[in-house]
Order: sequence, then structure tokens, then C-alpha cells
Amino acid sequence: MTGCETEEKAVSGQIFEGGTPGGRTAEEKARDAKLLADSFFTEEERKKLDTLVDIIMPADSESPAATELKVTDFMDFMMLDQPGYQTPMRGGLMWLDFEADEKFGKPFNELSKNQVIEIVELVAWPDKADPAYEGGVRWFNLLRNLTCTGYFTTEAGWKYMGYKGNTPNVWDGIPQQVLDKHGLSNPEKYTAFYLKPEDRGKVVEWDDDGNIIG
Amino acid sequence: MSFQIKETPDTYDVIIVGSGAGGGMASKVLSEAGLSVAVVEAGGDFDPAKDEDRTQLRPPWESPRRGAGTRIRPFGDFDAAIGGWDIEGEPYTRKNGTQFDWFRSRMVGGRTNHWGRISLRFGPNDFKRASIDGMGDDWPIGYDELKPYYDRVDKLIGVFGTKEGIYNEPDGFFLPPPKPRLHELFIKKGADSAGIPMIPSRLSMLTRPINNERGVCFFCNQCNRACQAYADFSAGTCLVHPAIKKGKVDLYTFSMVRKVTTDDQGKATGVSFVSKVDMKEYKLRSRVVVLGASACESARIMMNSKSKSHPNGIGGDSGVLGRYLHDSTGADRMGIMPDLIDRERYNEDGVGGMHMYTPWWLDNKKLDFARGYHIEYWGGMGQPAYGTGMSMDSMRKYIKDEFGNPSPNGGYGEGLKKDIRRIYGSTLGMSGRGESIPRYDNYCEIDPNVVDKYGIPVLRFNYTWSDQEIKQAKHMQDTFEEILTNAGAILLGSKPGPESKYGLAAPGRIIHEVGTTRMGNDAKSSVVNSNCQAHDCDNLFVVDAGPFVSQADKNPTWTILALSWRTSDYIVDQLKQKNI
Repeated sequence: MTGCETEEKAVSGQIFEGGTPGGRTAEEKARDAKLLADSFFTEEERKKLDTLVDIIMPADSESPAATELKVTDFMDFMMLDQPGYQTPMRGGLMWLDFEADEKFGKPFNELSKNQVIEIVELVAWPDKADPAYEGGVRWFNLLRNLTCTGYFTTEAGWKYMGYKGNTPNVWDGIPQQVLDKHGLSNPEKYTAFYLKPEDRGKVVEWDDDGNIIG
Repeated sequence: MSFQIKETPDTYDVIIVGSGAGGGMASKVLSEAGLSVAVVEAGGDFDPAKDEDRTQLRPPWESPRRGAGTRIRPFGDFDAAIGGWDIEGEPYTRKNGTQFDWFRSRMVGGRTNHWGRISLRFGPNDFKRASIDGMGDDWPIGYDELKPYYDRVDKLIGVFGTKEGIYNEPDGFFLPPPKPRLHELFIKKGADSAGIPMIPSRLSMLTRPINNERGVCFFCNQCNRACQAYADFSAGTCLVHPAIKKGKVDLYTFSMVRKVTTDDQGKATGVSFVSKVDMKEYKLRSRVVVLGASACESARIMMNSKSKSHPNGIGGDSGVLGRYLHDSTGADRMGIMPDLIDRERYNEDGVGGMHMYTPWWLDNKKLDFARGYHIEYWGGMGQPAYGTGMSMDSMRKYIKDEFGNPSPNGGYGEGLKKDIRRIYGSTLGMSGRGESIPRYDNYCEIDPNVVDKYGIPVLRFNYTWSDQEIKQAKHMQDTFEEILTNAGAILLGSKPGPESKYGLAAPGRIIHEVGTTRMGNDAKSSVVNSNCQAHDCDNLFVVDAGPFVSQADKNPTWTILALSWRTSDYIVDQLKQKNI
């Protein structure tokens, strides 16, 4: 792997150079480096995927499109990391050309936006799809899964989701307005025993019966 | 590793094999008694407080697989535990078409890097099950013998919880518990109306400091990644490293023990191990050998410790070495809570586990299965990671628009993106963890045909569930449905039936396996005595869960810790008296 390729793979704020950081074994480091230096999809396949992931997770007023978050790169890595994905994914991408040729007489990558949507519509709705497209539906489910998870595991995805955690804090229970909204309350029986944030600095002391006395 | 010990063996008072809960506790107690100790660990060392070892607080985009599991970290790329069900070069086999999955962690702290920190004492009944229901055997010791050690473990390591006064769920020295999460209150509503108790959970995380050496919990929900503040329990941070700091303790890492060596009188003289670094064989000598390699690994070492004085391995003449292997039962169910769709956002991470749980609440005399189970609960607005946003091909229909019309499953586009945001934090579920019946016919043994990459003969498993466990799982499924439905949740998936043994997890999957070197007073039906001392080798002790006669519905770690402390005290006493 060269520095140049690392640059290409990097999403802003992402540490990709040697794979996952933190307590890695030598085998893990070597495997991540190898997978990151390698790629699975052809240029043609990448182009198909770029088109599709932006249809599945498009830009809107609050969040960017999937291609801006390098979802295709993520998917490429997952093909190598979990090789069980390779055949179903590649099979689906090949089917796109068959279907595009049947319908419009040209390869998928040359279709107009409307023509692409026409094909996506055949396989995007599992409960309504024509049984003849069962295989295509299964593939699109996989594509949707990987696209969405690739999208929501980015900084922009977290922001859109509104996730507030992954930061040191003090848990003092569900906010009162949320309890009120749902008509719930903490069990009264334990009110006196729950952690009080102001006690977090004090070394605990017990009496002989296990009651906290300091 | 500067010596080829075959020529100049180093001698210690005690060699401890394994650095998990049992080995870690022994390393602390024995070194504090002034003994020289070698801890021999099959994996590497690590310290979560060092940034190069830290996975805590890393967002998924720092992992190219966004935190997805790997062969070596099946519970996720940021999980602290290294090893898994299937370790390269370290196979195990099965026989008679049965299944047993063996989870191992090759690292300092062992599987305490993995577990959920659920820290429950066994109760008085848990030691005397045979007297109650006629199945299996009683332990040769009771709760009263272990209580002082449980008390010490509570104070040394820290566990939060509440005093409940439930006879078979003994109270301890608890730190204050955290308040419940929202999904836990919804579940409690369901449990209340089903007459099922829910109490604050008992987890070994420091909500308040117990000393000035370890920090307090800062509520990131990532105990499984190992805590840089040492605010949760793992044997590495709380036992082994402090022991190395204070006492005469040498840590041998990447050292795979082949066997316990013995002399002509049958006494243990030390261990022989393979260094994974240079693939050479080394020997260490000691006055006492303590095995804490995990129930199955310690049994394997004893089986492989064949010599002139122990032709069937140490403990092999008992006829029960490797027998009575049993794991906890497990089954799960999941639902979606319409009231939690579109929920307000706030930091709900909390501790690295549930804030409330259900201890076993029924009388088995009135049921068609002999042993109980506890229920663990999950849900909430956890960190979006690998898996988030998936399953919209079947889940999207649970989201309704302002007119009450459900979204169609699957789809694409801005609407799909919004629906993923709307459904976030609305799924929840529960897992039962129950007691199984220990049986002679469930066992591990040496596979005569297979060795690992160090040339050490491997284990072969034979394990089946009986009607007892299957009926218990059926009861779990009925209970789960009742709680979820009463709570207002929509059940997801179909109810597991007899074809899947009611969703009963395969043996080994709950990672609570015990019983392979069980304790007892009779050398013909047990491997170690009530002090966890081998009947046929009085300077060999087992401090993992191998000596458990029965595995209660409680997680075994707290009992491993208490037993190991008690065994270590006994070792110190016997050395002082020159009995060993």
C-alpha cells in the first residue's frame, strides 16, 4: 500500500493508513493493510454502485449523498473483508446489464436517470415486486443494507441520526420531559439508592451490612 | 525470553496458567502473600490506558469495516477480546454429530475482556441443587463458605446493585446503580403486569470510586472495549497488572502450556510450554501449579499431562475429567416499540450493559423443568455502528406516517433515510440465561488424531441438550412474548418452536462453560477436592470454572473470583504448614 492509495481511500477525519487502530495483533495489522491495498470492484462496477448508492441515500437539505461519504469504497472493503458478499453483489451488478439491455438495448452505465429508476423500481420493494425478480430483490436488499450502514457509520451519518453519545458524561437518568411525554417514572423504591452525580468523586464506604455510609 | 529453560529452569513458588478471572485473582492473592509467581499466558499483554491499545470512544469510521466483527474479534472490530470461536492453528473437534462452540480469548485478562460484567453471587440453593430436585450433585461447599470471599470480591473490584433481600440472590456490598433507560422502563411496565420482577442490574463497573487507583465510570457503554479509566472489571487491569506492580510476579506472554510436569511421586514440578514467539519448548519449575486456563483448557492440560506417575494424565483416574461439561442455556426475542419511534434524542449510552434485569422468580417445583433462568434486557439509542440502517426490507413497515399509513418495506431515497432516523432506538429485546443440568455424557476429551500448530493434542467435544433445557427455553419464549406484548411492543420474527429447540443457543455459545474438573469429596467422582486441589496431585490446583459442580443461572465470573481467592488462601496456608 502506498501513501497515495491511502489518500484516495481516506474519508475526511478517518484514520485508514494501517486499518483499525487500538491493540491490534500483528496478524490483524497485516490483514487490514493487505485488504486496504487491494480492491474488489472494477471501474465499471464502481460506476454502477456510485449511481445506485446516491439513489438509495441521496443528498438532502440536512445531509450529503452517499458518494460524498465514500460509501462505494466502504462496500469495496467489505467485499474483501467478508468474501461471502462477493458473489451475490457481483451477480446483482451483472444482472443490471442484462436488464438494461433487455429494456433499453444498452449497458446500465449508459442509461438515463429515469431508465435507472425504472430498473431500481423492479427490485426495490420486496413486498410488491414481481416474483420473477426475486433474485434481484435479494441483491438490492444487500445493496440497501450496505449502503445504509455505510452511510450511518460516518460522521455525517451520526449527525443526521442525532446520536449524542460516545463521549464521557454523567448518566442521571432519562430527561424529565421525556419521562413525562411517555407517562413513565423511575421506580420510587430506588430513588434513595440511585447514583447521585455529586457522589462520583467520593470513595465509597460501607457498614458491615453493606449499607453505604460515606 | 533469554533462556532455554530445559537446561536452566527458573523456579517459582507458584506457576499460574492463565490470566483471566481465576488466574488473575490467584496472581494477586499469592503474590501479596509474598510468594514468587509466574503467570503463563497464551496471548499478549495490553493496557487500555495506553493510546496505542485503546479502542474505547473510537467512532465506527476509524475502522474500515465500521466496527463489524472479524474472525479474531467476532463481537466487533473494537471489542477488546482477541481470539473468538475459531482460532487459526488452534482447532477443536466434535463427535457424534453434536455441537459445542468454544470461545477463547488469547490475552492478559482472558475472557474478562469480553464478558458483560454481570456479577451475580450464587445463592444458597445454587450449591445444593441435587438436594432440591434430585438431579446432578450438590457442591461439597455451600454459600456460607463462599460468602466471606464474595464480600471481599465486592469490595476489591466493585459492583453496583441494590439490596433486595431475595434468598437465592444474595446481596453484597453494592455501589449505587444507575437510573434506568427509557426502553427498560417500558419493559418494566410489561414485566410488572405479568408479575415478573425487574430490579437494578448488578454489574462490575465503578459508579463511585472504591480506591484512588481506578477511575469512575463515565458512561460510554463500551466496557467490552476495555476501559482506559479502569472503571470496569477485567482481570488484566484490576488484578494481574497491580500484582506485577506490587509483587514478585513474572508474566510470560505468548506462552502456550503443553502440560504440567510431574516427578516420580506424582507431584507437580512445573509446566512445559511453547513460546509462540520462537516456537520453542520451555520449562518452568515451581512448588505449586495453579491452572486457570478456563474450564476446558485446564482440563485439556491435565489430560495431556501424562507421565510415568500419571499414565492417564492428572485427574484422569477419576473417570470424570472433562465430564459434566455444561454451559448456561440462552434464548432471545426481539420487538419494536411503536411509542419509541421518532423518539427525542439525548445521550443514553449509560454503562456497558443493562441497567435493570430480572432474577429467577418462580418455583421450579410447579414447573416442568428443574432449573431457573434470569433475563437480560437490551435496546436504546446505542452508537450507530455496522448494522445500523440494515433490515429496512422487513422493518420499514412498522413506521407509520401522520395518517397512520405504514411505510412500504424496502425502497430508497430521502424517505428511506428519514425512516431509518425515525426507527432508530425503537427496537428492544431480551435474553434468558438459564441453568442446565450437568450430565456425565456431555464432555470434552483429547482427540487422538488432531494436534494444534504447537503439536499439542486438541479437545474433542460431545454435547447435547436434554428435555430439561429445551422445556426451559420454551418457558423463556412464552415469558418474552408476555413481557414484550404487555409492554406495548410488536414482536419481531416468528416465535421459535420445537424445530429450533425454542431458540435454545448451541452449547458453548453463552460462554459460561464449567464442570470439567469438578470438585467433590470422593476421588472416584470428582477431579479436585473442596479446596480445588487435585485429588491425585496435591500441589496442583484449579482456579477457573472447571471445579463448578453446577453452573447456576448466574454468570460464573463472581464465583470464579471468590473461589480462586479461597483456593489461593488455602495454598498460602498449606505452604506455611509445609503440607505441599
